[in-house]
Amino acid sequence: MNLIKVYKNTFLALMLSLVLSACATQKKVDDSQMQGDVYTGTDTVKYLASGVPDRVFFATNESILTTKSRDTLRKQAAWLRKNSSINVVVEGHADERGTREYNLALGERRANAVKDYLMTYGISSSRISVISYGKERPVDSGSDPLAWSKNRRSVTVKAN
Amino acid sequence: MMKKFKTIILLFLLILLPSKAFSLIEVDITRGNLNPLPIAVSPLATDSDSASSLNSELNIKNLGLEISKVVENNLRTSGLFNPLNKDAFLQKPDIAHLKPRFEDWALIKAQALITGKVILKEEKLRVEFRLWDVLAAKEMMALAFTTVPKNWRRVGHIITDKVYERLTGEKGYFDTRIIYVSEKGPKTQRVKKLAIMDQDGHNTKYLTLGNELVLTPRFNPTNQMVTYLSYFRNLPRVYLLDIETGIQEVVGDFPGMTFAPRFSPDGKKIIMSFAKDGNSDIYTMDLENRVVERITNHPSIDTSPSYSPDGKYITFNSDRSGYQQIYVMKNDGTNVKRVSFGKGLYGTPVWSPRGDLIAFTKLHKGKFYIGVMRKDGKGERLLTENYYQEAPSWSPNGRVLIFYRETKSNKKGEGFSAKLWSIDLTGYNERLVETETDASDPSWSSLLSN
Repeated sequence: MNLIKVYKNTFLALMLSLVLSACATQKKVDDSQMQGDVYTGTDTVKYLASGVPDRVFFATNESILTTKSRDTLRKQAAWLRKNSSINVVVEGHADERGTREYNLALGERRANAVKDYLMTYGISSSRISVISYGKERPVDSGSDPLAWSKNRRSVTVKAN
Repeated sequence: MMKKFKTIILLFLLILLPSKAFSLIEVDITRGNLNPLPIAVSPLATDSDSASSLNSELNIKNLGLEISKVVENNLRTSGLFNPLNKDAFLQKPDIAHLKPRFEDWALIKAQALITGKVILKEEKLRVEFRLWDVLAAKEMMALAFTTVPKNWRRVGHIITDKVYERLTGEKGYFDTRIIYVSEKGPKTQRVKKLAIMDQDGHNTKYLTLGNELVLTPRFNPTNQMVTYLSYFRNLPRVYLLDIETGIQEVVGDFPGMTFAPRFSPDGKKIIMSFAKDGNSDIYTMDLENRVVERITNHPSIDTSPSYSPDGKYITFNSDRSGYQQIYVMKNDGTNVKRVSFGKGLYGTPVWSPRGDLIAFTKLHKGKFYIGVMRKDGKGERLLTENYYQEAPSWSPNGRVLIFYRETKSNKKGEGFSAKLWSIDLTGYNERLVETETDASDPSWSSLLSN
């Protein structure tokens, strides 16, 4: 009788540890590509030139530039200074977990955060236009936190 | 003396009260669909000459039957009526229309009966109908309409509006249209078109080709104009579209994105957001003299404006508190007051046509809700909870909300859909609104006829 109980408990503990470890590995995958809820991976990133990533990522509802984002944008500014004939469009995007109209405004705010930062590194505002797509143009069509983190972004695109 | 008088009054009341129970039927629309009223919609009678000419013109064998089905379907979807199965009807349509045998209709538990007649005369369709109170054995209403035959579905909607109004005491919402965004293709490259259909999902027409992204169409409450956001030439701007002529124009000359447009209740102004340098504020443009007025001036996001039906107030969405909340201000932008104080984020406020309520979208703990609150923010009532839903739009009588709902997709984007849904203000009678394609951003028109 007691033995059965012990078995039962062991079994339960085993199951529990399995479930927990499953959670832990799941979380680990996300952690390696996210800091807080800001995407830090490179899956979707394209390059304006060698070593110059085209996009930066944001936390939910935020337009604050992270340290990593500022680093990316300084590289973009340096590249733009070297290529003074190139103009860019900064596209602002939001994830799908918000109302459409608010997300349009949020995308515009994110694109302008990027534009402002590029301007402080000497790029003329006449070379940078902005457009918000709100949540209309996700890059990852999944419905999970990692997909959403990839979609909360501003992308710098050559305009000419 | 006085006492005697009182007794007489009491006696009078006693005599009056029981008779009230037998008086004309009424439908209480405030309690939801707990006891939908059993109603028999007899096929409308047609003489054989009219029937054969109508069949050759419209390719419909029995137009009288089809019109009765339009009425029946409207009544059923309202949630307030239970249309009875036609197989059980004992009386022929033409005879019932002259004088129903009320015992026959009472036998199948009908409390109300609709009968009618369809005639084609000089290429005009003449439809008459009568509404009968079966238990009181009385005619409640008799009306006739004349129109071109191809308008036959509208006749069905107008009949429903008349019946609904007679039985509930409130205007109907059946002779109306819905404008929405039709969606196709993968999430990452969604193709969106403006589409319009009758309130019951019939007569869908596409108003744009899908070459550019279009969002958030809204009807002018006074005519057949529509305002919406288009990414034409990659410049997101508010447009005005005349759906009769197809002529469209950009609204105002703004050096940046304009979005979230809506008409004022008199249809003479468009209120919208204008985004500049990362800040969105609310503006109006007068459609007659083109004068643009700035309504809010705040470094936060101000968007999704909606006028009160008297035009004196505006409700809108702002994150000036740090998060998305609902605010109310006077129409000149003064007296700004936050009204949403519940847990979570609030968006898309839209003022009820009755003026007392504001419908909204709420996001709380990863769930989206459609709800209503009083204009002072009190009395919040959440009508429906889901994975994702937003953007309620009121039926013109303020009894029903239509909104869109999206489903979750897997890592590959499979399983995603966007559909229109409606729900009664009571929180009952939630229904999928059928559309030819995926759909979002619905806006309900006013009654086309009165």
